[in-house]
Amino acid sequence: MVSKLKTSLAALGLSTALATSMVSGAFAAAHETPLTGDLVIFSDMSNPAPRAVMEGMVARFKEMNPDLNIELTIIDREAYKTQIRNFLTANSPDVANWYAGNRMAPYVDAGLFEDISDVWEGDMSENLASTKGALTIDGKQYGVPYTYYQWGVYYRKDIYDQYGLSEPEDWETLKSNCQTLLDNGVKCFTIGTKFLWTAAGWFDYLNMRTNGFDYHMKLTAGEIPWTDEGVKKTFANWRELIDMGAYIDNHTAYSWQEALPFMLNGEAAAYLMGNFAVAPMREGGLTDDQLDYYQFPTITPDTPKGEDAPTDTFHIPSSAKNKENAKAFLKFVTSAENQTLINAGDALGQLPVNAQSSVDDDKFLKEGFDVLSNKAPGGIAQFFDRDAPAEMAKVAMEGFQEFMVRPDNIDRILDRLENARERIYK
Amino acid sequence: MTQATLPDTHADRGKRSFWRRNQIAISPWLFLAPGVIFFLIYVIFPVFQSFQISTLRWDGLGDPEYIGLENYRELWDDPAFYVSLKNNVLWLLLYLLAIPAGLFIALFLNQTVTGIRLYKSLFFFPFVISQVVVGLVFTWFYDPTFGLLNVMLGWFGLGPINVLGDPTYVTYGIIAAGLWPQTAYCMILYLTGLNGVNPEQIEAGRLDNARGWRMLWHIIIPQLKPATFIAFVVTIIGALRSFDLISVMTNGGPFGESRVLSFYMFEVALSEYGFRMGYGAAIAVVLFLIMLIFIAYFLWSMYRETRGR
Repeated sequence: MVSKLKTSLAALGLSTALATSMVSGAFAAAHETPLTGDLVIFSDMSNPAPRAVMEGMVARFKEMNPDLNIELTIIDREAYKTQIRNFLTANSPDVANWYAGNRMAPYVDAGLFEDISDVWEGDMSENLASTKGALTIDGKQYGVPYTYYQWGVYYRKDIYDQYGLSEPEDWETLKSNCQTLLDNGVKCFTIGTKFLWTAAGWFDYLNMRTNGFDYHMKLTAGEIPWTDEGVKKTFANWRELIDMGAYIDNHTAYSWQEALPFMLNGEAAAYLMGNFAVAPMREGGLTDDQLDYYQFPTITPDTPKGEDAPTDTFHIPSSAKNKENAKAFLKFVTSAENQTLINAGDALGQLPVNAQSSVDDDKFLKEGFDVLSNKAPGGIAQFFDRDAPAEMAKVAMEGFQEFMVRPDNIDRILDRLENARERIYK
Repeated sequence: MTQATLPDTHADRGKRSFWRRNQIAISPWLFLAPGVIFFLIYVIFPVFQSFQISTLRWDGLGDPEYIGLENYRELWDDPAFYVSLKNNVLWLLLYLLAIPAGLFIALFLNQTVTGIRLYKSLFFFPFVISQVVVGLVFTWFYDPTFGLLNVMLGWFGLGPINVLGDPTYVTYGIIAAGLWPQTAYCMILYLTGLNGVNPEQIEAGRLDNARGWRMLWHIIIPQLKPATFIAFVVTIIGALRSFDLISVMTNGGPFGESRVLSFYMFEVALSEYGFRMGYGAAIAVVLFLIMLIFIAYFLWSMYRETRGR
């Protein structure tokens, strides 16, 4: 009920935005003939806000197709990651959530995700161009995006102002800023590496800025050895920060949420994170005057900047029973109208993928949208553990964590990663 | 029944039905059958299946590929495997401390004071709460910034220790957390054991001037042998299934230094970044062989005991 009220309010607010944006073809198609029959959806959007969004989407789709019998099952996000293997093979729904990039490759290779290139025909490819690559394997599309979000450095503007610092544009400024903070007893960055992936965010950015986006993509695709000079340069840059003492102590003991208080208390000044960190930081008492965002600065000059923007997606399992209904639902999900609605600040609070959608009036979303659309000429990556195969990601992220604690082990770590690469990509 | 058995002694045997003739021999097997069948399907069969899967390269979805002993060869060169194996040995050895600790708490509590039942139940309390809760409590206790441990160390002027984030301390930290409930378990076993100690033997020992340690070592402990055996069995089992504490407290980290074989197997085969069924099965087989040593020992000592009677 609450979610329904919320969506209708949001719809009201959006009517002005919609007046200017054209009604997408997909949206019209869904209206042509109301659908009948069944539609079974399994979703991993189990946190409160995403759950309301998912339920809202189903409610609106049902309104358009009153005779369609929609069955929505929401599964805990973490449990979903292992359950998907079972339900895709045994008892598959018509629509299922998953992730873009290498994360969907095992299911595509095993023939469990349906080729939906026909859904992508026409306007859609144009409107969703930014993520088309991440959903394409061997020239065919296997899913549609519904949201993504930017990564970047979220920092305490008030602390930066206090010490006369500005947003760094290059590596030298980042380091000199950091030194000033450290001299005043403030750590430059908070991080919690207990669950490893936060360290991978740092590696993604350092590697993309040191060696460029294309190099990074080749590395995650297993085409460049981990013992390569470029990788070593990335780690050497990383080491500069570690040796300065830029990161909070004992970060191996914390999850990313447990690392937040350091930033809230002003013990650390910045956090390299996804946009989802903004909500808990606001709840923790930081106002928009205190909290700000900057794009990760340049390291090697003239390297086109690449950005991390993990994309969440919908797919149709190959053994789905109501594929036509499922395709109509995917078209509905990707329509500009729907994407504007579900990514609004009071819903998912993330970025719509459809280029025709409008971004909610939120300082971080606006800045993120600008960065991803205009300031990432290098390309958009999915995040280390979605770009690299799961096995490689696990070994590598453990290596990153070890490096952050014991930077002297770097040669041993890289040899280990190289061994893993030779085994995994053969 | 009686009708059937009465004329049996001199009746011609050929005429009696098969059931009548073999009733006594068959009945116990019939009663055992449900248990045996489930044991075969859910325990014995998967053991052999693990052996078979460990010779495959398989992600659980596609077609498995037979690769012989390749998984074991890889295990041989895998540093993470040796870390897990070392930690398993540490767990097995240090977890046994729960037995003497439980014994001494039991001896201490084995007296008649007002409210002793309350004290006993307080000591037993950690065994009642879930391992996950124990893990969480100790995670907070060890927390490098807010944790009670570092506050206490601060009183003696000792620097903060990041127990769960430091590869040198992490396994000991988790074992200490595991010892808390395990000691309580051993204590309750010994408390019941102490009830069965023969007072006449103690009296006789007193007359012969035994007291203190000599009394404990020569008179009490020999009589507690059955309790010690059970405590040993449950402690070994507890050490080998130390999965939940590790999962809650460190998730195997930092960089895999607190993993044991069972956790490594889970990570490799079933976690978010896993799905190498063959490799996981190979680890399971190694773990099974380690367990087999203990299983053989337990079976042997139980066999000896039944024969001794």
